[in-house]
Amino acid sequence: MKRILITFCVLTLTAGAYAIDNDKAFDDPELQARYEDIIDEVRCVKCQNQNIKDSNALIARDLRREIRRMLGAGMTDAQIYDFLVERYGDFVLYRPRASGKTLILWIAPALLLLGGAFMMVQIVRRRMAMPIDDDAAEQG
Amino acid sequence: MVRYVTLILAFAMLVGVFWVGLQQDPSKLPSPYIGKAAPDFDLPSLTHPDQRVNSASLEGQLALVNVWATWCVGCRQEHEFLMQLATANPLPIYGINWRDNRADALRWLQQLGDPYVASGFDEDARVGIDWGVYGAPETFLVSPDGIVVYKHLGPLTAAIWERDFVPHIENANGAQ
Repeated sequence: MKRILITFCVLTLTAGAYAIDNDKAFDDPELQARYEDIIDEVRCVKCQNQNIKDSNALIARDLRREIRRMLGAGMTDAQIYDFLVERYGDFVLYRPRASGKTLILWIAPALLLLGGAFMMVQIVRRRMAMPIDDDAAEQG
Repeated sequence: MVRYVTLILAFAMLVGVFWVGLQQDPSKLPSPYIGKAAPDFDLPSLTHPDQRVNSASLEGQLALVNVWATWCVGCRQEHEFLMQLATANPLPIYGINWRDNRADALRWLQQLGDPYVASGFDEDARVGIDWGVYGAPETFLVSPDGIVVYKHLGPLTAAIWERDFVPHIENANGAQ
């Protein structure tokens, strides 16, 4: 039993080692860091709940290759994101840019929070207006 | 009373959101190119490697650009329809043979028929990326002045053709 448990733990804890793209793309640690940041931010358009870092889909491989090429060619992060959004739309970025079309995505959480706060205030106010002791409540 | 009305309204809004939201297929992304110029491309021809299939090939005519590959099941499904379409010939069909193997692709055209005026051979998917392709088959309708009028993702069928393409084609031909 103990052995099974240990095996299980080892397998679980080392799952990260099976990441798709372990090869170092660049010798320059700064470029490598930028590369890893970018592929972390870009959605695999075919397998939508993965970023292209985690995906082994063909399109993810192609996009990784293009991003390596662009980084190698000295393009800035902003230029690379522009390249991707131009071709695949806002959806390709996990954090889409604020624009007319994506505005609702960005303000919805704030609106929901405000709505919740408003409801809470209403409820608290109503309860505060209630009589405090039980006798009064029964009579009232 | 006000409370119930508010609750019912809130519920109705939720129903509305889900009604619309759940009927959309999130795997089908809108192409950012619709209404914009089709990306420039220049590929060797699949069947005649010394010739080019490029943006100039499409110019001056309403054309269909179909992204296909031999490994793509949906492409096999729609091939018969493409053959019918090529026979009826309402407009020229150009192919982009996407991340494929030339020998396989040639055999496919030989065995199943070749509906394309010409196919560009996009072996390393450079042009595919430029066109925002992420899953074959994809079909673009490109106007004579090079604007992407419509894009369909997934296998074409006669029903989809009638519903989604024919109105755009009639529109474009009427405008000429």
